[in-house]
Amino acid sequence: MNIRYEQIQGRSLGFYALVAGLGVLILAALGAVWHMEHNGHWVTGMSNRIVWGMPHVFALFLIVAASGALNVASISSVFNKKLYKPMSRLSGLVSLALLAGGLMILVLDLGRPDRLIVAMTEYNFKSIFAWNIILYNGFFVIVAIYLWMMFERRMNKFSSKAGLSAFTWRLILTTGTGSIFGFLVARQAYDAVIMAPMFIIMSFAFGLAFFILILMASYKWTDRPLGDVVVNRLGNLLGVFVAAVMYFVAVKHLGNLYLAENAGVENFILFGEYVYSDLFWYGQIILGGLIPMALIYHPALRSNRSTLGLASVLVLIGGVIQLYIIIVGGQAYPMEMFPGKEILEGYGGIAAYTPSLAEIMLGVGGIAVALIAVTFLVKFLPFLPESLADEVSDPHHKS
Amino acid sequence: MSKTLNRRDFIKTTTATTASVATIASGITLTTFAANANENPVTNEKRWGMLIDTNRLTEANIDGMVTACKKEHGWGSEAHSTGDQKSNWIRKLKVKDKATGKVTSLPLMCQHCEEPPCVDVCPTNASMKREDGIVLVDRHLCIGCRYCMMACPYDARSFVHEDLTDQKEDMPRGKGTVESCTLCVHKVDKGEAPACVASVNSDAVIFGDLYDANSKINQTLKKVQSAQIRADLNLNTGVRYSGI
Ligand code: SF4
Ligand code: SF4
Repeated sequence: MNIRYEQIQGRSLGFYALVAGLGVLILAALGAVWHMEHNGHWVTGMSNRIVWGMPHVFALFLIVAASGALNVASISSVFNKKLYKPMSRLSGLVSLALLAGGLMILVLDLGRPDRLIVAMTEYNFKSIFAWNIILYNGFFVIVAIYLWMMFERRMNKFSSKAGLSAFTWRLILTTGTGSIFGFLVARQAYDAVIMAPMFIIMSFAFGLAFFILILMASYKWTDRPLGDVVVNRLGNLLGVFVAAVMYFVAVKHLGNLYLAENAGVENFILFGEYVYSDLFWYGQIILGGLIPMALIYHPALRSNRSTLGLASVLVLIGGVIQLYIIIVGGQAYPMEMFPGKEILEGYGGIAAYTPSLAEIMLGVGGIAVALIAVTFLVKFLPFLPESLADEVSDPHHKS
Repeated sequence: MSKTLNRRDFIKTTTATTASVATIASGITLTTFAANANENPVTNEKRWGMLIDTNRLTEANIDGMVTACKKEHGWGSEAHSTGDQKSNWIRKLKVKDKATGKVTSLPLMCQHCEEPPCVDVCPTNASMKREDGIVLVDRHLCIGCRYCMMACPYDARSFVHEDLTDQKEDMPRGKGTVESCTLCVHKVDKGEAPACVASVNSDAVIFGDLYDANSKINQTLKKVQSAQIRADLNLNTGVRYSGI
């Protein structure tokens, strides 16, 4: 059966309300940026000890999620799973939009965002950061080409090849993002080989959660049919990814606990008296892991879209918390400058950090940018299949 | 900013430094040019370093070094920044040996690593190492990403969190960029010792060319036992300590 794609009408009150709401968030973010850049970073909670704060948490969260959002397209083109094929376009779109939102935050939190051109022209090829800039730009190009091949009938035959390149590229991209931490030799919180694969698994979960929410919302708000087959399949997949993230988290932390030199930072994160331990257990593990899994796998909630939506939201909140613990918690713990010695004065202690409202507004603004991009593009280009009813997505399905 | 130093001023006020700074900016290697430009050539035949004898250095000496550095470069009096936000190029550290209970005070600044992690991670080449081992930030290339601060094992770098006034002529600084100890490159290039070293005025802190077999620092290092902080990281620091 041929899939028919169609723009959304985008003339309803709800559509305009959504755009207006997101617009307000974006304006607020721009105001926050002006405030931070005009005054300097002293108006933020960041310092010379916590040099990356809330903006980096949101930025890396979105960048990680972006590569994961491409999964649905990859499963269809690389692993040739028919069920996912009609959703490939949307998958590519969500992926690009999330990346744009994340990069916007990253750039606007620079000390000198006006020097973006320097970042684009001066490359230190030894720097993983510079490589990331190349990887991000390349991702835009590759996914854009991939989308074009899916849209353009004459090019359809190449789309699975393009999908394969996009898939490979995104794996490298997430590895690159994870490796940003791998190069920080003196920071014990990041001293784990498992960081890079963990970031890949995290990207699967966060990206899919975004995708599910956007898919369900757009079908509901445009009254298009969305069958249980698709919803359940995506829900199950999300459950598997969330479980995998928890597995990696467990391996990482258990491994570190056994390494004597990293036991200090592990105890600080897991069992310390600081906010990070509460965030870890209540936020990341329970709220962002166990509850979503229960919502997804509880037999009574099967095919329940409200609970799947809630589970996806919780996975995202848990994801932000996880990145907060990694990024901020990892910096808050002092570096071991004098092994075998205790520093009495001049350095050390747990660094304090209280995110300012402006930092949070910038982070939320990045999410809003991603969502508004999706909202407009599904209005102007045919990204969404007219129907994802069970008989469309799975012709052999017997109800 | 009451005094904005643009690139040209920066070139005027410094000498050999600028040559290598401009080098990196244009992507052409002009080290030989740098060597000709000054009677104190910047070459890799030299490696500037410092040896700090913590047994002989009093706490007052260390405070004096910090004050001298502040005075020379003008950091630390940022009006709005809180404690951890203020710039800090050199600080006094007190450490206690867990086994012996011995307490040592020492000054800690950029260690001018031979394999500097800050330079490796910097995306734009703003962080760079001169041929003679001095590690600097070109504040015209720095985009303020702060990755170098994440990478430095010695917490030696500061981010300028606000607009600055009353800048020192030899040391242009700027909001939104990263800075750290320059080993007083503007003085070293004129054949003078760094401000902190001069402030101590005794052999408790020796500055010089680590490679030069006739230099006091080289000869002392051959005699006394010295250490690098976090030697296990193999960064081969230019700043060495004895007595820790
Ligand atoms: S001490 Fe830190 S700032 Fe100085 S060269 Fe080494 S890594 Fe770079
Ligand atoms: S903050 Fe400046 S010097 Fe440091 S890594 Fe970024 S661009 Fe380089």
